[in-house]
Amino acid sequence: MVHSKSNFMIETKKLVKRFGLKIVLRGVDFSVQPGEFVALLGPNGAGKTTFLRILASLSRPSLGEVTVANHKLPDEAAKVRAKLGVVSHLPLLYPDLTAEENLLFYARMYGIEEQENRITEVLDMVGLEHRRKDLVSTFSRGMQQRLAIGRAVVHDPEVMLFDEPYTGLDQDASEMLDDVLRSVAAKGRTVVMTSHDLARAEDLATRFDILSRGVIVASAKQEELKKTNLLAFYKGAIES
Amino acid sequence: MQTKPIALTILDVVSIIVLGISTYLALVFAPTEAVMGDVQRVFYFHIGTAWVGLLGFVIAAVAGIAYLITKDMRWDRFEVAAVEVSTVFFFITIVLGSIWARPAWNTWWTWDPRLTTAAVTELIYIAYFMLRQGLEDPEKRARFGAVYTLLGGLSAPITFMVIRLFRTIHPVVIGNASAEAQGGFSMTTDMRTAFFFALFAFTVVFIDMIWHRLRLGALEEKVEQLKLNVSL
Amino acid sequence: MKNPTPSFFKAMMAIVRKDLAAEFRSRELLSAMLVFSLLVILIFNFALELDVKVRESVTAGVLWTTFAFAGTLGLNRSMAVEKDRGCMDGLLLAPVDRSAIYFGKAISNLAFMLIVEIIVLPVYSMLYNINLFQPGLLLVILLGSIGYIAVGTLLAAMSVQTRTRDVMLPILLFPVAIPVLLASVKASSGYLNGADFAEILAPLNLLIVYDLIFIAVPLMFFEHVVEE
Repeated sequence: MVHSKSNFMIETKKLVKRFGLKIVLRGVDFSVQPGEFVALLGPNGAGKTTFLRILASLSRPSLGEVTVANHKLPDEAAKVRAKLGVVSHLPLLYPDLTAEENLLFYARMYGIEEQENRITEVLDMVGLEHRRKDLVSTFSRGMQQRLAIGRAVVHDPEVMLFDEPYTGLDQDASEMLDDVLRSVAAKGRTVVMTSHDLARAEDLATRFDILSRGVIVASAKQEELKKTNLLAFYKGAIES
Repeated sequence: MQTKPIALTILDVVSIIVLGISTYLALVFAPTEAVMGDVQRVFYFHIGTAWVGLLGFVIAAVAGIAYLITKDMRWDRFEVAAVEVSTVFFFITIVLGSIWARPAWNTWWTWDPRLTTAAVTELIYIAYFMLRQGLEDPEKRARFGAVYTLLGGLSAPITFMVIRLFRTIHPVVIGNASAEAQGGFSMTTDMRTAFFFALFAFTVVFIDMIWHRLRLGALEEKVEQLKLNVSL
Repeated sequence: MKNPTPSFFKAMMAIVRKDLAAEFRSRELLSAMLVFSLLVILIFNFALELDVKVRESVTAGVLWTTFAFAGTLGLNRSMAVEKDRGCMDGLLLAPVDRSAIYFGKAISNLAFMLIVEIIVLPVYSMLYNINLFQPGLLLVILLGSIGYIAVGTLLAAMSVQTRTRDVMLPILLFPVAIPVLLASVKASSGYLNGADFAEILAPLNLLIVYDLIFIAVPLMFFEHVVEE
């Protein structure tokens, strides 16, 4: 960024989201520095998914400001989208297409030039090169989720959003996903991940924010948590 | 509790009065039509209700566009009000038309362009309400409703024009109908008075009902808000 | 290596190629539409007792009813595929214009409908010994299908988001699509019965007007239907 307006990769100010009269987010102030891996924790119904969908440009804020990769949402949504990779608990893949065809489709949607090479790189990264020509409908849940991550990084995004990526995965699949997530984060990307699996989040994230009833109630960096553990921190934040 | 605005109460009274006068004009004042007899008197209310039905349909489409541009929920309430009131009036129009058609054309129903378009419009309204019912997020309901009224508003005139083409292969007993629709049956001055007064009276009633419906919509929202506050 | 955002045309074609590739592999949608079409024709055959005399006047109506029903089936399925696995979000996350998504989906829906029509026409011709391969009739079928799919794709995007999505599409679509269906029937039967061009011109004009309006409206409002 030549003319960066702020130091933050993601920033929301007084973000409010209402569905009709129901207020899901009630003034969220949130900022993430480049390269940070933030775990967004909170009980069900706290508004985590809604919040992530707003950052992903899939939902419009009712009030407040949202800036992602130095572009305002929703006005500059197209610019944000080009720099953003999103993984949700749904794979966003077409079961009747092969792994390669799925990636090829998304590569085209992001205007990638050397599609073949990029697809090979991505499949290597998520460990599915040997299943390149297989239909996604024959993949296990874990493999689908890894391919979903491949899909999300196909355009080499600067910012990544993960919404409960571990949902429905067994132990082995979760461990493999850990490795993939680490390699995604290792490239200096900015990551926000929602999860209610505290243990997984603890291993990966560099910062922990807790969202409860539509507001961020606590935030701590990894090094600050050395003394108390994450669970105690989480419980303390929710109950206060 | 918001009290009912005085202006609305006045409008209620005025509505009842003009409707009364219009009834008098249609049933007593206007002379009996020579060919069709007393049943022709239905025509005044038939045209009156059809006019406001159509007016509501156009208003709804305009309110829909306004909503899509401004995203102001008040436009959505306006749209719903217009569609609801208009649905009822269109239904009355069709029923009155049938009552008139029975002796005039010797059938309850004919696939005349106006009748068919009115029926299709009524179906569009029903689909509109079903669509809204199937959606939970009020904002999405408003958006979809607006788009659908717009589609309906654009397709209804084309429906009318298309059905007119079919009359050449489906000759129907509407000789006197088309003459009548173009103002063909010679209205006397008294008939004309009753006719224009009916248009006026139903416009007043229409405005009154839209106002009530808007007020009801606002109150509904308030109740929802209060319920939500209690549950939190 | 910063990627340029893809052009409108490239994004649209990516969606079309994706839909066609998936469909030619599974053939779910086409086979359902085809079998359904043949069943509808079979039912009409007995319900209307399609003897030579009746056939002349009702062929156009039977064909368009069949196309309309089969088209609804295809529209519903093609949009449900996007909705079910969150793929609609995948489309919306791409840095492409929302109307490119609309046109991509509409073109693949149109392709499916035309494929079904291309198969149904010769079958109908054979069964009833009517020559349906007249350039004029084919033009009407193309224009009619374009209008039907144009409005149908927009409404299918709405109906899959409702609670009653399995039944919602025909209820929303048919009253709004009446002009396109009736104008198509009128123009088709004109061609089949060798009517004067002057008589066919009127419904043909209405078809073109309808097509233009109902391509323009989704172009402007599709994003209101898919975005939150």
